[in-house]
Amino acid sequence: MAYIIQGDTGDWEVVIGLEVHAQVISKAKLFSGAATDFGAEPNSQVSFVDAGFPGMLPVINEVCVAQAVKTGLGLKAKINLTSVFARKNYFYADLPQGYQISQYDLPIVGEGELILDLPDGSTRTVGIERLHLEQDAGKSIHDMHPSKSFIDLNRSGVALMEIVSKPDLRSPEEAGLYLAKLRSILRYLGTCDGNMQEGSMRCDANVSVRPVGSTELRTRCEIKNVNSIRFVQQAIEYEARRHIDVYEGGGTIDQETRLFDSAKGETRSMRSKEHAHDYRYFPDPDLLPLVIDRAMVEAIKAQLPELPDEKKARFMADYGLNAYDAGVLVAEKASAEFFETVARGRDAKAACNWVMGDFFAALNASGRTIEDPPVSAADLGALIDLIKDGTLSGRLAKDVFALMVETGKAPAVLVEEKGLRQVTDTGAIEAAVDAVIKANPDKVQQVRDGKTTLLGWFVGQVMKATQGKANPAMVNEMLSRKVLG
Amino acid sequence: MSLDKSTVRAIADLARIEVQDEELDHLAGELSNILHFVEQLSEVNTDGVLPMSSVADITLPMRADVINDGGYPDKVLANAPEAAEGFFTVPKVVE
Repeated sequence: MAYIIQGDTGDWEVVIGLEVHAQVISKAKLFSGAATDFGAEPNSQVSFVDAGFPGMLPVINEVCVAQAVKTGLGLKAKINLTSVFARKNYFYADLPQGYQISQYDLPIVGEGELILDLPDGSTRTVGIERLHLEQDAGKSIHDMHPSKSFIDLNRSGVALMEIVSKPDLRSPEEAGLYLAKLRSILRYLGTCDGNMQEGSMRCDANVSVRPVGSTELRTRCEIKNVNSIRFVQQAIEYEARRHIDVYEGGGTIDQETRLFDSAKGETRSMRSKEHAHDYRYFPDPDLLPLVIDRAMVEAIKAQLPELPDEKKARFMADYGLNAYDAGVLVAEKASAEFFETVARGRDAKAACNWVMGDFFAALNASGRTIEDPPVSAADLGALIDLIKDGTLSGRLAKDVFALMVETGKAPAVLVEEKGLRQVTDTGAIEAAVDAVIKANPDKVQQVRDGKTTLLGWFVGQVMKATQGKANPAMVNEMLSRKVLG
Repeated sequence: MSLDKSTVRAIADLARIEVQDEELDHLAGELSNILHFVEQLSEVNTDGVLPMSSVADITLPMRADVINDGGYPDKVLANAPEAAEGFFTVPKVVE
């Protein structure tokens, strides 16, 4: 399923590398003791360090370091026991120090990998170039005053992990899968909450194009700060087309920073960043090299949770699920746990079908989250038990499930209250079957003359007569026997 | 390494320092002299020598992940040339 763009001069492919800024989960900031909570009163979570006051010195937060190492291990990456902080110099109203403390040629995490789960069940490995720790900038708000920008430094100094992929992605779809998988891994690890709306995960996309079959890397453009997976995909699609149009029109692409306008669905040049590429990195004289212990890395490694790829493999091996179902169930840790609670001691395929089908549909429709589901895992499991022991037919179970969503009651309680127990009493079913046959002699004759598809109609009539409670297998068997003789 | 006038102009722009055109020649000479002085260090053979990051053999001290600072927006804003509603305010930065 290669993504090929047809141009006037031939076929083109797109080359994409993503830089993700993931906000580290920690109580305090990377180099100060100020809080990191989202949505606090402006400038209430700012220390003199974060505000860039003269003479203030940064002291690194050990938990932020551990979180970066943990993320590196989760991406099967090389951990650099010695890394160096550097100053990235630029002027902007929300950057009080006039530089961002970042890492340049010696990041804390080196090369790793991330596995994409493609919709057809296959996988593809994408290279991770590096992960480094850096400070976030403050926040500028432009719509509070006609001629002023308002600056809140609460975010200034919060720890970010910049995670850079190799230019291995070849379609907007793969870019989306990469972001979804990275988000999933970060959430499993508990190192970033992955919330793109609140900006705790932001993405820059580097995009270039080349003729199919070529291995050159052409000039790329960087699209900044796109805040949803869908927008990243739209921005890449637009940008690739723009490059092709420029090349085919005889022009050249300039390396530049661009902004995605989600309202118009297009990218445009960010003039203010034109001269910003000269960052004059140099080692931060306020900070010694960061040296971490091999033992610390090993201790973090020993406590890594089961990650999505391992969980998916286990779901396929232990529960016999296919790659697609397993991939969907493990994407969120909470859905995987929900499924395992439902499946424990039961038929895994049935559990999978219920969770992936009716349950996810009800979850979406209710607008609730897997942590606060419309039906608990225990109740869904109990429902499956009622099907297994013959109390409910599959059809009745769907009605009971709908009532569970509506009332929040346990399935056994609803079966009793509403009298939804499946009828398996041969006499009762036989009476209903006989009544339908007796009332429809003409249709019986049609079936006997060869129109066997009409048997389905008979089944429907019997189910109707029994308020859907008759055991469908028994009804089918009895009808075939009685009508066809 | 010697600097030409256009490089000095670019450095001044990056540093947000206002420099008149007539000052460029003089500054280019001064900055070049500084660079030449430092370049003497390259006479020393440093093959296989790791960069020295500190004169003392100490490693980066770390802090515990504890909230023990912040919570004083008035002090943070005390020296702001302009502020409103708890924010710093600056001439509009247009994108």
